[in-house]
Amino acid sequence: MMKYLTTDNTSGAVRLKDIPEAAYAAFYDDLAAKLADPRYHVAHYFALPDEGRMRFYCLLLDDQTGQLLVTSHSTEYYDDTALPSLTALHAQMHPFERDITERYGIRFDGQPWPKPLRFPAERYDRRSSMDNYPFYTMQGHSLHEVNVGPIHAGIIEPGAFRFICNGEQVLHLEIALGYQHRGVERAFETTANRLRQACLAEAVAGDSAVAHAAAFAETVERLTGFERPAQLDRERAVALELERMAMQIADTGALSTDVGYQLGQVACEALRTMTINTTQAWCGNRFGKGLVRPQGTDHPLTAEKAAMIRRNVGEIARRYGEVWRDIASSPTLLARFEQCGTVPREEMLRIGGVGQAARASGVGRDLRATHPSGSYAKCLHHEPVVEEQGDVMARLAVRCREVLQSARYVDRLVAIYEEKYAAAENPCPRPDYTSPLQASTLSFGLVEGWRGEICHVALTDAAGRIAAYRIKDPSLHNWMALALAVRGEGISDFPICNKSFNLSYCGHDL
Amino acid sequence: MIIPKIKVLRSHGRQAIPDLDAVELTREFRGRPELTDTDDASGRAAAERAAAICPTGAFSAAPLALDLGRCLFCGECARIAPRSVRFTNDYRMGSPTREGLVIRPGDTRVEFDMAKVRPELARTFSRALQLREVSAGGDASVEMELNATGNVNFDFGRFGVGFTASPRHADGVVVSGPVTANMSEALEICYEAVATPKVLVACGTEACSGGLFAESRAVDRTFFERHTPDLWLPGAPTHPMVFIDGIRTLLGRKKRV
Repeated sequence: MMKYLTTDNTSGAVRLKDIPEAAYAAFYDDLAAKLADPRYHVAHYFALPDEGRMRFYCLLLDDQTGQLLVTSHSTEYYDDTALPSLTALHAQMHPFERDITERYGIRFDGQPWPKPLRFPAERYDRRSSMDNYPFYTMQGHSLHEVNVGPIHAGIIEPGAFRFICNGEQVLHLEIALGYQHRGVERAFETTANRLRQACLAEAVAGDSAVAHAAAFAETVERLTGFERPAQLDRERAVALELERMAMQIADTGALSTDVGYQLGQVACEALRTMTINTTQAWCGNRFGKGLVRPQGTDHPLTAEKAAMIRRNVGEIARRYGEVWRDIASSPTLLARFEQCGTVPREEMLRIGGVGQAARASGVGRDLRATHPSGSYAKCLHHEPVVEEQGDVMARLAVRCREVLQSARYVDRLVAIYEEKYAAAENPCPRPDYTSPLQASTLSFGLVEGWRGEICHVALTDAAGRIAAYRIKDPSLHNWMALALAVRGEGISDFPICNKSFNLSYCGHDL
Repeated sequence: MIIPKIKVLRSHGRQAIPDLDAVELTREFRGRPELTDTDDASGRAAAERAAAICPTGAFSAAPLALDLGRCLFCGECARIAPRSVRFTNDYRMGSPTREGLVIRPGDTRVEFDMAKVRPELARTFSRALQLREVSAGGDASVEMELNATGNVNFDFGRFGVGFTASPRHADGVVVSGPVTANMSEALEICYEAVATPKVLVACGTEACSGGLFAESRAVDRTFFERHTPDLWLPGAPTHPMVFIDGIRTLLGRKKRV
């Protein structure tokens, strides 16, 4: 029987010495069995050098019980025996194994997709570079390849896309990333300035600044043993839901643009402006940078700001609901969105999809429901928005329904503030950047951002410094879903398939 | 069906900001800071503490200065040393020189020295400017703000300024992000593909200095050693009004007063 350390998203950090260490064969067998059951998926799996050895940590989520299972295995640092690949059995392991191979040269035997992941500065194989990415190729008289990127037509981040097409039809899309690699994780490990680390978290993916900052804050709060007051939890949830609203509205607008639905485009542009200006009027930044900090807040709600947020969010929800009803009653739009870019549920499970994209394919993964913490555990009792079809329309429908759901959450959370503290002083403490961190400990932050599951993991050394920091953005899983979505579609449908996911390049490349 | 569309239109109303030069941002917005020398020990000690925690080393206590090209506008220095630093909501922060972004005690504006602007820029582009944006490690926030400059609210297109898909159609390049090593070659190729005379804009704190990633091994900023931006725009991210004001001032369509 394989041993795990069992914890959950409301519990504290775990001592490194309490994490069981299994033999790889036992780890392999147990994960091979567990990952066949959709209730389990891997939140993070990474390797770290540890006193002459390589130690591999695995964080496994059990969606049924809400538990987080932590285990590890290790090898000699210079042992170059290849480990049997779990990706060969469960495709969802591919980004983790590729990352380990790319950083440390550890080989996985039978890995079906042994390719570079993000070309980090500290990579094992210095010959591997952006210029020689091993793209998959096919031969045939009727086939041609289309290269897009790294610089795209619009104002978006860079990434290289290679299509293999038979006429108009896409047979295969391969996405090569790494152009955005800035060394975020390393930057966390080379500073003891916690404010700088909080700013780094906000820069992991600027469109998910609040969610990544919240994941960092929770990671640190576990390490300092800080108990968050309920009001701080509520304000963080308001910030997260405002970010979710802003981005789901932005992507509704982007999808509208790509099908020539100008009314939806301009309405959503205006509504997104209104949402992020609400965040700006709260904290001074349209993306919520500076809003979430460890152990407190610099921008506690006031009666005036609470009223402003409720008023704006109510208006946004009303007007956005009108756009959603217009989309649903326009046959020309439905004809473009429906049965386009379909990712069936089985495929989504196989590649380990998370978040909004997974929920559109009938996979109800949502940390707010399965692994809740803070306000999500105490007062919101979140029901994930799930659609079954797995097409562009389903992904749009998830966005639309989530905007309205988030608006209700914001209203409820701010109403609780108004009842309790409108006449009194807001009890939220100021942030703390100096509390000592527990030594030799593993801590984590699990937050459902608007794209999906964000997981931060920090390991401290004997002196209580952050010695290793690992970040997983949901895009790490979901880029493969985009590649699958366009298979068999006309290449001209790529833009709407892409926008229906809107994945992060910098969150993937770190 | 027409009824739902009429409802959307009616709620949407008129969105464009009537006069872009008269925009004033919310009081909460952290824009151009103002610095004040304090001559007592406690004021100096607070400034020292603020300098020590500044995430990018943008703030220095002796002599008192704040480099907007490195500033993330997190506002921590103003909380620790409120007598030395105060953030105003002034978004007029673009500068034709990198040095112009350094704020010193008593400064009540970011200087925009037109003598430092190449005269051919206003002559060639004052009526229309099409730009190619290159994200080289940007975190998508600057990119989204640049997209927003063309949206229904800001509608920068009304002045003939917009973004184009190909560098061959562009009059200049806007760079966001610290310039990652993995993007440095693509950025250079794109810049070379733009015909001269051309404009180069560094947009955002990361582009101006590398920001949080200035020391990262994964970043290669030699592009900015070979090419000097005509306009430096701070911000994390750069607010659309910082961009609009900067471009209009650069092209001589607006005076910094």
